[in-house]
Amino acid sequence: MHAPAAQPKKRLLRLWLNGRWREDAVAEQALLVDYLREVAQLTGVKIGCDGGECGACTVLVDGEAVPSCITLAVRCEGHEVETIEGLATQGRLNRLQQAFHEKLGTQCGFCTPGMIMAAEALLRRDPKPSEADIRAALAGNLCRCTGYVKIIESVQAAAETAP
Amino acid sequence: MTMQEARASKRAGVPLIDGIDKVTGKARYTADLDHNNTLIGRILRSPYSHAEIIRLDVAKARALDGVVAVLTGDDCPRPYGVLPIAMNEYPLARGRVRYRGEPIAAVAAVDADTAERALALIELEVKVLPAYYTSDAARAPDAVLLHDDKPGNLERDVHHEFGDLRQGFAEAALVREEKFDCAEINHAQIEPHASLAEFDPATGRLSVQSVSQVGYYLHLMLAHCLDMDSSRIRVIKPFIGGGFGARVEVLNFEIVTALLARAAAGKVLMQLSREETFITHRARPQTDIRLKLGMRKDGRLTVCECEVVQRGGAYAGYGIITILYAGALLQGLYDIPAVKYDGYRVYANLPPCGAMRGHGSVNMRHAFECLLDRMARELKLDPFAVRRANLLQAPTRTLNDLAVNSYGLPECLDTVERASGWRDRIGKLPPGKGLGMACSHYVSGAAKPIHRTGEPHAVVNLRLDFDGGVTALTGAYEIGQGSSTMVAIAVAETLNISLNRVRVVAADSAVTPKDNGAYSSRITFMVGNAAIDAAKNLKAVLVKAAAKKLEAKIDDIECGEVFRVGKGEQSNLMFADVVATALVDEGAITVKGSFTCPPDMQGGKHRGGAVGSTMGFSYAAQVVEVSVDEATATVTVDKVWAALDCGHAINPLAVEGQIQGSVWMGMGQAMCEETHYLDGLPAHASFLEYRMPTIAESPPIETYIVESRDPNGPFGAKEASEGALAGFPPALVNAIANAIKIDLNELPVTPDRLMDALIQRRRQARLAKTVKAAS
Repeated sequence: MHAPAAQPKKRLLRLWLNGRWREDAVAEQALLVDYLREVAQLTGVKIGCDGGECGACTVLVDGEAVPSCITLAVRCEGHEVETIEGLATQGRLNRLQQAFHEKLGTQCGFCTPGMIMAAEALLRRDPKPSEADIRAALAGNLCRCTGYVKIIESVQAAAETAP
Repeated sequence: MTMQEARASKRAGVPLIDGIDKVTGKARYTADLDHNNTLIGRILRSPYSHAEIIRLDVAKARALDGVVAVLTGDDCPRPYGVLPIAMNEYPLARGRVRYRGEPIAAVAAVDADTAERALALIELEVKVLPAYYTSDAARAPDAVLLHDDKPGNLERDVHHEFGDLRQGFAEAALVREEKFDCAEINHAQIEPHASLAEFDPATGRLSVQSVSQVGYYLHLMLAHCLDMDSSRIRVIKPFIGGGFGARVEVLNFEIVTALLARAAAGKVLMQLSREETFITHRARPQTDIRLKLGMRKDGRLTVCECEVVQRGGAYAGYGIITILYAGALLQGLYDIPAVKYDGYRVYANLPPCGAMRGHGSVNMRHAFECLLDRMARELKLDPFAVRRANLLQAPTRTLNDLAVNSYGLPECLDTVERASGWRDRIGKLPPGKGLGMACSHYVSGAAKPIHRTGEPHAVVNLRLDFDGGVTALTGAYEIGQGSSTMVAIAVAETLNISLNRVRVVAADSAVTPKDNGAYSSRITFMVGNAAIDAAKNLKAVLVKAAAKKLEAKIDDIECGEVFRVGKGEQSNLMFADVVATALVDEGAITVKGSFTCPPDMQGGKHRGGAVGSTMGFSYAAQVVEVSVDEATATVTVDKVWAALDCGHAINPLAVEGQIQGSVWMGMGQAMCEETHYLDGLPAHASFLEYRMPTIAESPPIETYIVESRDPNGPFGAKEASEGALAGFPPALVNAIANAIKIDLNELPVTPDRLMDALIQRRRQARLAKTVKAAS
């Protein structure tokens, strides 16, 4: 019998997650995406690649779009983290969620949470983005279904709606 | 608002009925399912391209604390495969490995770290064999056979000849022959592969949730490989993050996960990395094509001779179907008096290829549309004119006995010619700019299914109970293409009720009727027809109840949210009242609808003649506008105009999305996507190396829906997801030729390939100058 592997060193992580404070013991090397999916059970955050390639895991850290698969969870100590689950307020869809739904900015839906979070970060810093701005802001988010046409239309439609 | 009112007021279509789950993050894909206290599965993969396994020792892995099960090929002696006649693969290799990355052992452990440490403890000793990475090398006379029963490393060769070839060549004013080379590509659906299996030793039952596109195939192969009674197995579809053909065949990890769950007597989650997802492959093969066409001066085709060699990878998979499709779909788009096809599906020591969007037809179509354009140019014919010179007239049969029941290609051509401003702009664009066009088509479901069981092609059940909700039970695999929404619309339109009244339960083998799944774009045509049939049967029950209650004749009753007698306002019944009446003495209602392709639609009598047969072909034409920068050899697609004859758009919003997505996927293949192997080692197994177009470089795609109203399609509909894909690569290459007068015969058109062609042209120009000066 082999000895069990040494348990990784954990530390207490306190962060403002989707509108409330939360504390968990988290391994120092744990990735934010694994913390969100496995500990906080926020499985709207997707893993589509082996690290930093596809954008499906995009979340907001202090309002900035961040790939959570190449971010350490402990780096978010004391910071605000938002995932797709935190966007709808009291069951009312956020304007991007509404637009992606109505304009078919989503097909299989796997890239959608990351795509919407990246677009949310864009609209917060630039409420009236040009098409070029939208393309630049979403260039790190891959989609294999839509050819991106309806994603651009969705973001444009959302930008024309009051937040 | 009822469906018929919605249709009258607005033909924009409706959002997906499962769309809200996707935009809120509530949608649960396989890796998101409850996996508390689940064992984690991992697979050990071969580091060799071709080798005999001498010793595989898992004792140390088994002894590791936290390891619950370790399996090798010894634990599954039954081969599997999608085609009953070509099952030559094991979930875990037995005796021999044939590609780098082939699964050889698997572990289930308490966590991922333990499972990975266990893999590292497995000892493997092999005798290395010669490996072949190209079709030519594998077909060399002295090559070692990958499979002993397949001489020449040929999985299948196909030789078809239709019409009078000699006459075809005799009548041709121009005969041209060219060779084309299309790189291997991958589906690259964004969701990595995953499977969750639970085995309960107390009841002997197995439950599997997986990324499959065809749960029925998975179900059959699980029963076969695990040697289980299929009644003890349940396959449930979670949300699926795209497929594009990747998940039509049963995949090794799906069977391995179930084997691990049984061995561990528990629940196992297997999540493949992106690299492993690429290695699992089953996508479009590297293809060499030699194409020869004969043409009269007026552009009329007289003859077609085509040889296709597909490098199929290490196992059979779908190979036989792919090589047959390439030949069969030479026909069905144009009227060609004589066609000869020679196809070769070759084994090589690489991950197995399989079905991918446009299965078998895309590379052949690329060659055809490129050569057609070049011959038209030589004869000073417009690209549109040469295609119009060769149109079919529906209804008709092709030489290889494919039925063409509706044919909207002429209108597709007119539409994109007009929309792109072709006539005013062609030949008048500034330097470096070009326009190109091409046509394509695809089947609306294979008319002959792989498993010839005699069952209908599709069955849909409808349930109606006290709550007044209509529940459609379908085995159709919603994978993002919108098939559940299509079923809901078909039911709601037929009953003239609100779409909100319809709920769709898709694909749970314990609940929904068997369906052949999401492949060959079959669902709209087949399941759509079955859904309409079921709704008509439910309507008959409801109308009868309403007639009784209203004391009216059945023929006078109008079905809907409100049942009416004739046009009168005096005697109406609300839907709920009709349901209550219908349930008296009967209780909960279940009706069935089905759809079957008649035998005369199931293809020719020649060997392999069933492949390519369908009830309805979709047709597409597209124009691509490019800018070419000769200094950097980069091509930019400025705009695409694509028209698709989908018969009738049941959901126009979804049809647009499918046209855009398929055109764009064709663009990826045309411009940047290719797998790459270094001595069999996958070198493009990530999204950084396997380059797909990002949003930054994806063009506007104008879509046009042409409705030819197929006589057999549901409301006249045909497929919309695959037909437009194959037109993009040739339209792009034709546009580049228009822009810079260089004909390219290799895909993808990467900057280095284009730069090579530009350098070669400069060299030839210099040489010509020197020769001229010397003479």
